[in-house]
Amino acid sequence: MRMQTPDEALASAAATGDRDAFAALLGRHYDRIFALAFRLTGSRAEAEDLTQDICLALPAKLGSWRGEARFTTWLYRVTVNAAHDRRRRAATRSRAADGWGDWEVNRRAGIAEEAAAQDWLVATMARLSPELRDTVALTLGEELSQREAAEVLGISEGTVAWRMSEVKKRLRALARAEGML
Amino acid sequence: MSDELERLRDGLKSAPPAPDAAARARALKLAMESFDRIHDAAQETAQAARPMPDRPKRAGFLTGVRLMLSHLSPRATLAATASVAVIGLSLALYPTLRRDAVLPGAQPARVDGAPAAEATAPGAEARKAEAPAEIAAPPAIVEATPGADLRAAGAPAAGAPATTAPVPAADTSGAVSSLADSRREAEAPAAMPQAMEHEGGAQMAPAPLARSRESSAEVGGFAAPGFAPDALAPLPAPDTEAFANEDPNPVKIAAEEPVSTFSIDTDTASWPVVRSSLAAGMLPPREAVRIEEMVNYFPYGYPAPEAGGAPFRASVSLFPTPWNAGTRLLRIGIQGALPATDARPPLNLVFLIDTSGSMEDANKLPLLKQSFRLMLGQLRPEDRVAIVTYAGSAGLVLEPTPAADRGAIEGALDRLSAGGSTAGQEGLQQAYAVAEGMGAEGRVSRILLATDGDFNVGISDPGALKGFIAGKRESGIYLSVLGFGRGNLDDATMQALAQNGNGTAAYIDTLPEAQKVLVDQLSGALFPIADDVKVQVEFNPAAVAEYRLIGYETRALAREDFNNDRVDAGEIGAGHQVTALYEVTPAGSPARLSDPLRYGTAPEGGDASELGFLKLRWKAPGAAHSQLVETPIPAAPGEAGDDARFAAAIAGMGQLLSEPKYLGTWGWDEAIALAAGAKGDDPYGYRAEAVGLMRLAASLSR
Repeated sequence: MRMQTPDEALASAAATGDRDAFAALLGRHYDRIFALAFRLTGSRAEAEDLTQDICLALPAKLGSWRGEARFTTWLYRVTVNAAHDRRRRAATRSRAADGWGDWEVNRRAGIAEEAAAQDWLVATMARLSPELRDTVALTLGEELSQREAAEVLGISEGTVAWRMSEVKKRLRALARAEGML
Repeated sequence: MSDELERLRDGLKSAPPAPDAAARARALKLAMESFDRIHDAAQETAQAARPMPDRPKRAGFLTGVRLMLSHLSPRATLAATASVAVIGLSLALYPTLRRDAVLPGAQPARVDGAPAAEATAPGAEARKAEAPAEIAAPPAIVEATPGADLRAAGAPAAGAPATTAPVPAADTSGAVSSLADSRREAEAPAAMPQAMEHEGGAQMAPAPLARSRESSAEVGGFAAPGFAPDALAPLPAPDTEAFANEDPNPVKIAAEEPVSTFSIDTDTASWPVVRSSLAAGMLPPREAVRIEEMVNYFPYGYPAPEAGGAPFRASVSLFPTPWNAGTRLLRIGIQGALPATDARPPLNLVFLIDTSGSMEDANKLPLLKQSFRLMLGQLRPEDRVAIVTYAGSAGLVLEPTPAADRGAIEGALDRLSAGGSTAGQEGLQQAYAVAEGMGAEGRVSRILLATDGDFNVGISDPGALKGFIAGKRESGIYLSVLGFGRGNLDDATMQALAQNGNGTAAYIDTLPEAQKVLVDQLSGALFPIADDVKVQVEFNPAAVAEYRLIGYETRALAREDFNNDRVDAGEIGAGHQVTALYEVTPAGSPARLSDPLRYGTAPEGGDASELGFLKLRWKAPGAAHSQLVETPIPAAPGEAGDDARFAAAIAGMGQLLSEPKYLGTWGWDEAIALAAGAKGDDPYGYRAEAVGLMRLAASLSR
């Protein structure tokens, strides 16, 4: 029966203390959070830690759930914000613990075991700024519309469009650079 | 869609591996425990005065933690995340608090954190431990100030700064110890280093209640209410200001180095910075004192340029130096033409507004909004305004909108709120993109960057940023920088941006200052009449033994740059005034500091009726080639008028505040007397204010 209940109703029930609703909700969305976390961070370990942080925090965060947005949009926002906070903390550590950046370092060290396609992805993501990474993770990875991505990121649709044009520009530049090699 | 984008999409779609089942199970289990804790706790304390459907009252304090963290500079964030702050302080303070028998769920006791921290940890390396905080009994809730370094509050018991504390044993997954555990730890201070240092503490979740509530405040955009900014305002934050300056110009010997070259500077940022320091009861930092900007702050009555000639007029005068009877002051005054405002071209303005957390103070974002509102009244209906913000993420807040639609612009301004860190570079890039999109023939495009200068995120390479702005200069878009607030005013970056972006830097500390910069001088601030204006003075060694340029240290140019049109220099806006002062020692004066050389070539006997020769190079806005204006400087000194004496008094004040070595015994009393006697008609009271500040500085430097 729970399987048919919309996310929003489950969230509202969970917010008022319905344990089963919360369990159902989290079970339904763990994989989604993890996937986005991975797309945002580019590292399994980072993504697992981040997802766990979010799971831990979610019961309390649900206290601020007002049903004003779609639950997935709200959840994406929670995830992006948590990733942002984590990145900010990481950026201040002496070592650059930025996942995609780490990957790039590892790749250069020859440790990467990924296929060539994966390698290209890693190299490309590492060359985008965190903001652009977040944006492509949502628009390309999660296939959100620009409007939805804007809602998640708390920015205007125009900014998402502008960022995507920036991404295209950089991808073209990268492709040119590759062609020259 | 491009191939590359498609490729990126495919890559990202397939990138995430299947979640690890064990990690999934662990996370779900922890989540359920977290859920139970919250809801059990809520039931147990249901009788407490706490509105149930809403978040617990104390969440408001945690919101404070969250906001505090968002205010921390990244350096400080490294030191303390909320959970570390919470556990650290609760550990340090618990014994004290327990005496007061504060029970969980009871109204939190308020404890002044800083003294308590000091008391429990005497001899601590209290690195900036000024974080006065409100502490509640367990579950501990902390509210602290921006910039507070909480590390110091908790770490000292370990006998060493937290950064050197032993490696933690706690693991994220295992870190969720119960409340009882954290109490046990509190009674065993030896456990503290372990709690304090775990990857910056971010993953620690030792006190579950506190942790989960902290998390609840972590959802940006949900947690804003319930936060009392006044609790954060008055506390001392670490000062991260950076000012641009060079050593004062030395005395030059005219026979050896007869040519002095510098770029025009119409900035006025230094004066308000000096003023706000003095008004706060402190002498300004030496580097904040740029004498030319202080002198240029004040309006003078220079003759206006003649119609049909150059868009500005330079006038020179020579008069006795107030602080040295043996020298003269040479004043070069430049007055920009003031075109009739009806004839001005329409404007494209992009407000690039820093909405980072540090902008929250009353003298930053709120003042900025008021200032821009004042300015909107000066715009004409055909002018267009766009607003771009940057804070963590950059965004276009207001599409290009005609100034006639004032409601929409004011609405967008009103909606701005501060939060997040500062992605300055992305914001600038987007502002330039917007300005380029608005560009049209016959319009003047200008970006007005309003910031406290805290460009802490997104600039991996300041050199590259300067290069980016310098590149955009070619596109004809001007960049002006308006500084707000103190504390982390990055004056150096602001100067660099404005100088590279063909613009001015001004500092706004009060609404009257906004009136001066954005309303009274709006036309000057927004309409350039001459670009790349360079000044070169060749002194006549027959008439001048030594000379010294007062100020303009950051604007010095090489002699050969004067004729090089590719070398950038300052702009003059409509109605702008620029004043430069040289202290000149006439040949044969007893005030000469250097002895003539025994073996050097003696100065030729030459004609001493000319003191020197003044050359000015300038470009019409947008032009590639410069034009030259020349005029000889007569050697006969004249009477100093009010303007000249007042400018000299301000130059003297600047030297007293920075490097008084050329002033001899001339001091504050003389400066005050000189300025007070040279106020002229002073319609806006700027000069009277200056005299008041000199008196303040005199008292402060005694």
